[in-house]
Formats: sequence, structure tokens, C-alpha cells
Amino acid sequence: MPNMSPKKVPMPEQDPNVRNKNFLEVALGYTEEMAKEEAQRCLQCKHRPCVEGCPVNVQIPDFIKLVAEGRFEEAYEKITETNSLPAICGRVCPQETQCEKLCVRGKKGEPVGIGRLERFAADWYMANAKPKEVKIEKLNKKVAVIGSGPAGITCAGDLAKMGYDVTIFEAFHTPGGVLMYGIPEFRLPKELVQKEIDLVKNLGVEIKTNMVIGKVFTLDELFNEGYEAIFIASGAGLPSFLGIEGENLNGVYSANEFLTRINLMKAYKFPYSDTPVKVGKTVAVVGGGNVAMDAARSAKRLGAKNVYIIYRRSEEEMPARLEEIHHAKEEGIIFKLLTNPVRIIGTEDGWVKGMECVEMELGEPDASGRRKPVPKPNSEHVIDVDTVIIAIGQTPNPLITSTTPGLDTKKWGGIIADEETLETSKPGVFAGGDAVTGAATVILAMGAGKKAAKAIDQYIKSKN
Amino acid sequence: MFRIVRKQILNPSVTLMEVEAPLIARKAEPGQFIILRVNDEGERIPLTIADYDREKGTVTIIFQIVGKTTEILGNLEEGDAILDFVGPLGVPSHLEGVKKAAVIGGGLGTAIAFPQAKKLHSLGAEVDAIAGFRNKELIILEEELKSVSNRVFITTDDGSNGNKGFVTDVLKKLLEEGNKYDLVIAIGPLVMMKAVSNLTKQYNIKTIVSMNPIMIDGTGMCGGCRVTVGGKIKFACVDGPDFDGHEVDFDEAMRRQLMYRKEEQVSLDAHKCRLRGVDNA
Repeated sequence: MPNMSPKKVPMPEQDPNVRNKNFLEVALGYTEEMAKEEAQRCLQCKHRPCVEGCPVNVQIPDFIKLVAEGRFEEAYEKITETNSLPAICGRVCPQETQCEKLCVRGKKGEPVGIGRLERFAADWYMANAKPKEVKIEKLNKKVAVIGSGPAGITCAGDLAKMGYDVTIFEAFHTPGGVLMYGIPEFRLPKELVQKEIDLVKNLGVEIKTNMVIGKVFTLDELFNEGYEAIFIASGAGLPSFLGIEGENLNGVYSANEFLTRINLMKAYKFPYSDTPVKVGKTVAVVGGGNVAMDAARSAKRLGAKNVYIIYRRSEEEMPARLEEIHHAKEEGIIFKLLTNPVRIIGTEDGWVKGMECVEMELGEPDASGRRKPVPKPNSEHVIDVDTVIIAIGQTPNPLITSTTPGLDTKKWGGIIADEETLETSKPGVFAGGDAVTGAATVILAMGAGKKAAKAIDQYIKSKN
Repeated sequence: MFRIVRKQILNPSVTLMEVEAPLIARKAEPGQFIILRVNDEGERIPLTIADYDREKGTVTIIFQIVGKTTEILGNLEEGDAILDFVGPLGVPSHLEGVKKAAVIGGGLGTAIAFPQAKKLHSLGAEVDAIAGFRNKELIILEEELKSVSNRVFITTDDGSNGNKGFVTDVLKKLLEEGNKYDLVIAIGPLVMMKAVSNLTKQYNIKTIVSMNPIMIDGTGMCGGCRVTVGGKIKFACVDGPDFDGHEVDFDEAMRRQLMYRKEEQVSLDAHKCRLRGVDNA
């Protein structure tokens, strides 16, 4: 008999007033008992709508059944048939708009906690199981992957399993991409990312750090080195700014810089670590996505007294996950909605001291389908802040496109790639993830990595 | 890991290191930079490439000991290795087609001006090199500059080398004497690059300056290195580090350079305390 409770087994969490002062993970994860109980809520539907909602087609009912039966190692193996990074996806995937959105249980009450169960299986495996020795028959064919974020890691893992010799080129000193520099420790522990990367290395993938492709090697030079195909998974790129007065004042950060200082460079340990970050007493984060929430919650943890989210639309239009908005509010982040910055005000010696904003109201729907925010006349007001973090997205990085003749890009700079095969205009070059789509999610990038691996395999086989 | 094959103390606070980095040496051009990290807790610091040897596979960096990272770096010896060394980053300087250039270095900036002079010289340009230092003891690369320049002028702030003055005094004199340059390259402290740019603007001579702002990744990702050039935000790491000196907002750049002044001191002090066995935590 399935467990007919209309609600998910609650996720144990750190208390908001404790966790907003530390960088430990917010959600603590299910125990074996909790996982089994939640797994029993799955109806094992024949038509499996949840699988359709998953960009990498995890066989959800199958793995959940194994969890319900206490066969955790097998549950993990079931997931990893199609998803190489379950511990990460279980934590950062927007399940509410994917698998769980289509869950039949969600029609009356809450859907099955698919993400929580995925996370449980992965954590259980990492804590209890011994990684199996993998026997792979080598094809003796080389593939280069540029970037070691979710798209690159997934593609490399899949290709390695097929027998390819894969080399990942990573620009930073540490692999992981946005999983390392972007998403904070309290949402995605770095030790866990490292373990997932080690699993991929265990498949024989070589990761070369400190390699900025486009500079140290061009794509053509990589082909000359014997790589038969290249997958570009270099991520989103250059942070956008608002284009308002005062954005170069001291105390104004891009979210990328703020988060990289904290996550990758461990500024929260300064001066034990060498990279500092300035947080100040009052912080305004401009933007309404997950990155804005991450920046705001990090600022709070580093001791800011007041942290504002400044967003020009209403909460309904916010692109951030509901869970992140909810967590941010619980931790004391103050939401100033329908508010738009007009200029940042500085002291005489160039430090931020305030931000002038206008109130907005929602008008007719715009190109994105969301109601367009328009300024209210005479609503200008100044907020006292000493740090401003701009989290409004990114524009594509030109390092590869500018040094690769024959690689076509869209007007806004994103690489043009076929939706299914991810082939670019340059033969043998495939591209996916944020480098193609602009800033999106970890799981979409992983989905692209999977597609690319398949297409690269077909491409190389058809060539030989 | 990147092995140090040669170390040379150029003056009490400036050190030269030739580092084994064949992939970078293969591609490096004047104007480009590397980013390095000395240990696992270390920060990433950008240093302009002072020279490179494609055959030996080495890249030369010259740095001044100013903070914790350069202090640790300066204590490494030949045979030791640097943990991370990435490059070549930034856009190479455009030096083709120049007939006569004045290449100006201020202090440590001379180390970065040198490869520019060398490249111009190899392209057949006539090069006047001007380098300024606080005093005679701090003079670096005089012989190297002589080997790639038609004339070399060395000034000191205190006159201890017998030629008191600033680099701008020399440049002004040369311009007043009727020397015509189609390019001036100025590399050094922001205040010096600003002064040179102000002077050359009056003569309408194209002037390139090399910006060295605070940076993390060096690939355009963080935006920490932004500089206002011609009223627009530019990222020194991917758009520069060379910019038109007549367009750069130097006053803003000088303010931004001070952003972590306090933290830099804290970091250095904590490091020195640990070295002395004093627990500062």
C-alpha cells in the first residue's frame, strides 16, 4: 500500500537563525527511514509522467521503488544509468518545474519528493558504497571538452564510458565550474562536488586545469593535437551591469565576483585564505534569480546586518526557485519588490553610500510574456547601503568565439548549435550549456552534455 | 606545477623569475599577462609577462614584494615550483607599423615596458626608452633596455643617478626638441600613466597604457577588473590590459586600486605573525 500522506516527509533543516551565520548545508538530508517512507508515496504510475519532465530522463519510479525496498545502492546505480551527478541534481535541480511538476501525487497535495530521494540515494552511496572498478574498452580516440562545469563533466563522463579518451580543459585552478565558484557551500557542499568529479576521473577522464582555451590553444590547434571532436561547455561568461551612474564605485560587485571570492577563493576564511571580500553593514542585491538569492544569503552569513533583494518586478515573476526565495526570507533577507535602481551614490573618496531607486508598477506583457515593469512618476527614493551586488545575468565570453574562424554566434554572442545534435557551424565542434543558451540551470547544462556525448560518438563513428 | 628555473634579485624589493611554462611561452606576446597562485589558500594575482623564450619554454615575470602573495613568491628559490600559472591572458599589444616610439616605464612598470620596446625594436621601429625610479638603487633593466632601444633615458626622483626628474620631464623635453613619435607606450603607476597621457594629449600622440587592476579569474568572468574607457565599462582582462591612455578614467582606477588596502595589510601582518610563531587567530 502506498503512503497516502498528502505531504512530503519534511526535510530536516538547520534553524534559519543558526544557519544564517554559518556556511554549512541548509538542508540536512533524509535518514534511511525518512527516505523509505517518502519513497512509498510514489504510485509507480504506468505512464511515468515524471520521467518526461527530467531533462536527462532518470528512470524515476524504478529508483524510487528500490529506495522503498531499502536497496539504496541499486537505487543509486539506477539513477546513474542516465544521470552522472545525482548528488548535485538532488540539491540544485528545479524539480518543482520538472519531474515533480508532472507527478500525479501533486494533483492532490504535494508531489513525491523526487529530488530529496535522489539526493538521499547519492549521499547514501557516497557514504556507504565502494566505487566499483570500471572496465571500459578503449576506442583510442581523443575528444576535448572545454570547461568542467555540469555540461562538460556530464559529456566527459558519458564519452569515457563509451571508451573515448577524454581531456577536459578548465580555465580555473580547480575543476567544477559554476558548481565550485557559483553555487554556495550551504546549498551545494564543495566536498561533494569534488567527489562527483573524482568519480568522473575514475572513468579515465583527464582534467587539465589552468588552461584558457582560445588563448593557450585555439580549437584548430586542439584538432592538430589529435582530438577528433571538441565540446565547448565554457559557461555563461561576462557579468552584465546595469549601465547606471556609480557602478564602478568601490563596494559594487558583480554577483560572479562576490560569489567567486567566497566560494572558490574561500574569502569567508580570510585572512587564513588570502582573498578578501567586503560585505559591509547593508547590502543591496539587484536581481531576482537564484544567483541573487545565493549572493544575498552569502552576504547575510558574512555578517551583513540588512540585506535587500532589489527586484523590478513582483515576486510572481522572480526567476529564482520558490525554495530559494523561501529560504532567503526565513534567513531574514528583505525583499524590495517593484523597485529599480537608478543610480548608485558614492562618498567623496569613491565608496558606495547609497542607492537611488524608483518604484515600479506592472504594465502590459513584454516579449518574455511577463508584465513589463514601468517606473512610477515621482517615486524616487534613496536606500542607505554600503555594498551593491549586481545579479542580472551575463553575456557570452568572447575568448573562444573570437579566436575560432567558422564558429557562428547569435547576435547576442551565444554559440549557434543544433538543438538536437549540438553541432556548431564548425565541423567536429559541438557546444552546449550556458555558452549556447545564456545563463540557465545545472540540469539543462547536463542534458546538453548528454546530448553532445551521443552526437560526438555518432560523429566520430560516421567519420571513420 | 611550474618550476622556477632562474631567480634574480633586481633590487631590494623587485625580483625576476624565469618560470617553466612551455605552453604559455609558445603563445605569449608583449602586453599579455599571466595569473598565478602560490599555494592552496592563495589568492590569484595577475602579473604582466616581462619576457618569454619560446625555445626554452619559459616565461619571465618581474614582481615587487608588496603583500603576502609576493612575499611568499619572493621566498621561492630556483628549482621550487609555483602551484598555478595560467595564460597568456589579455590582448597582445598592437605594435605593427610603428616607425618611432617612446616607451616609458615607471618603477616596476619598466619590466613590462621592456618587452614592448624589444618587440618594437624587432619590428624595425626606432625606440626611445625612458624609465623613472625613486632612486639609483632601484634602477632595473637599464642594460636590457639599451640593447633594444636607440636611446635610453633614466631618471630618478631624488637625482641620485645624476638625472633628477620624472619621466614626463624627459618626454616633454624630447617633444619640445622636435622628436616626432607615432606611438607612446607608458607603463607604471597610475599617476605616472595619467601624467604621460595628459602630456601626449597636448601633442596629439597616440598613447597606450597598461592597466593592472584587481582581478580574480582573468577570463572576463568576475568583472572585478573593470575600467572606464571612453565613458564605457571595459574589462581589463579580456578587453585590455592595454587601453588608449587618452580615454582611461585614471582617477576612478586609482580609487578602485585602494579597495582592499586594509585587507592587504591584515593579510600581510597575519602572515608575518605566523612566520614569527605568533598566533594571530
